[in-house]
Amino acid sequence: MVEFALPKNSKITGGKTWPKPAGATELREFKVYRWNPDDGKNPSVDTYYVDTNDCGPMVLDGLIWIKNHIDPSLTFRRSCREGVCGSCAMNIDGQNTLACTRSMHDVKDGAVKINPLPHQPVVKDLVPDLTNFYAQYASVEPWLKTTSPTPQKEWRQSHEDREKLDGLYECILCACCSTSCPSYWWNSERYLGPAALLQANRWVSDSRDEATGERLDNLEDPFRLYRCHTIMNCAKACPKGLNPAEAIAELKLKMVERQI
Amino acid sequence: MSATDTPKRSMRTPLGRVRNLGAAHSGTSDFWRQRLTAVAMTLLMIPVLVIIMMLLGRNQAGAAQILGSLPIAVIMLLFIIASAWHMKIGMQEVINDYVHNEKLKLVSMMLNNFFSIAVALASIYAILKLSSGV
Repeated sequence: MVEFALPKNSKITGGKTWPKPAGATELREFKVYRWNPDDGKNPSVDTYYVDTNDCGPMVLDGLIWIKNHIDPSLTFRRSCREGVCGSCAMNIDGQNTLACTRSMHDVKDGAVKINPLPHQPVVKDLVPDLTNFYAQYASVEPWLKTTSPTPQKEWRQSHEDREKLDGLYECILCACCSTSCPSYWWNSERYLGPAALLQANRWVSDSRDEATGERLDNLEDPFRLYRCHTIMNCAKACPKGLNPAEAIAELKLKMVERQI
Repeated sequence: MSATDTPKRSMRTPLGRVRNLGAAHSGTSDFWRQRLTAVAMTLLMIPVLVIIMMLLGRNQAGAAQILGSLPIAVIMLLFIIASAWHMKIGMQEVINDYVHNEKLKLVSMMLNNFFSIAVALASIYAILKLSSGV
């Protein structure tokens, strides 16, 4: 059966409260999930105080400030710091989002609570192991597949057909949607999840692709596709404002269309 | 869940694990039938409620007289088929979502099928018996 409780060694214990920085006039409390694979201890939640007058406005700025000024061992992924790379996806105040585009002022009521993306194995602190997620993306073969001879110039596409990719191509694979989906929590080994399915629909919807039927064949499965019950957590979580649930519904519609 | 909690360490590649046994090439029929039966039940709900109101307070002979009418019997039979089918697919989805033990899943699926068919047949038999006045 589905396990609703955390295993014993994953139960979160009380963590360390780090001293407030000296001389700071405006402080913001951060409560951050910590887990180190090497010390054999259970995960904990550490409390930090960030000098908001000395750092940028985003949650990622706060985390970088903590790493630079308080605790260099705090581990998280980050790269572009402008919502393009998807590296800093984490659960902030109960919502999966990008730390670089979520302002710490938008987090109301006390501490900024930060956890790794839910229901993924943790590598360390806020770094989830996304191996399965990336393999699922690879499984939808996200590249143009054609049999016709390659044209001398580009594969041509009308403006109307190009517009069909809007709302799909913008996905940055941050995993906020998939890891917010209960169906993905319970069946991540077999259900491809909203991100991979949105990407699958991006290629199924591409007028230049010649493997549409083959792609649909590979998705037609009670688990790979049909674990989606339109819960819509994916659309709520997506930091790019995309709607993976709608993309999945389009895939289901195409499945029915070719059958009846 | 921490990385050390991963129950089974497999040496298969992540892509090999994801591809696993391949796509079942099924699921669309159930998806379509679940919607079909939902629409059917929505359309049948009001006539069925009216029939049930008509049946309230009547004795067996009175009920048999009402159900003896062909359109009424057909409406009731259609409603039973649609709802039993919908129930079967719905429970199948719940089992697929939450039951991960393969043996338990197999048994649950069987019981779900048996139960749905038994409920449908018993209800159909009752309607036919009453409507034919046997």
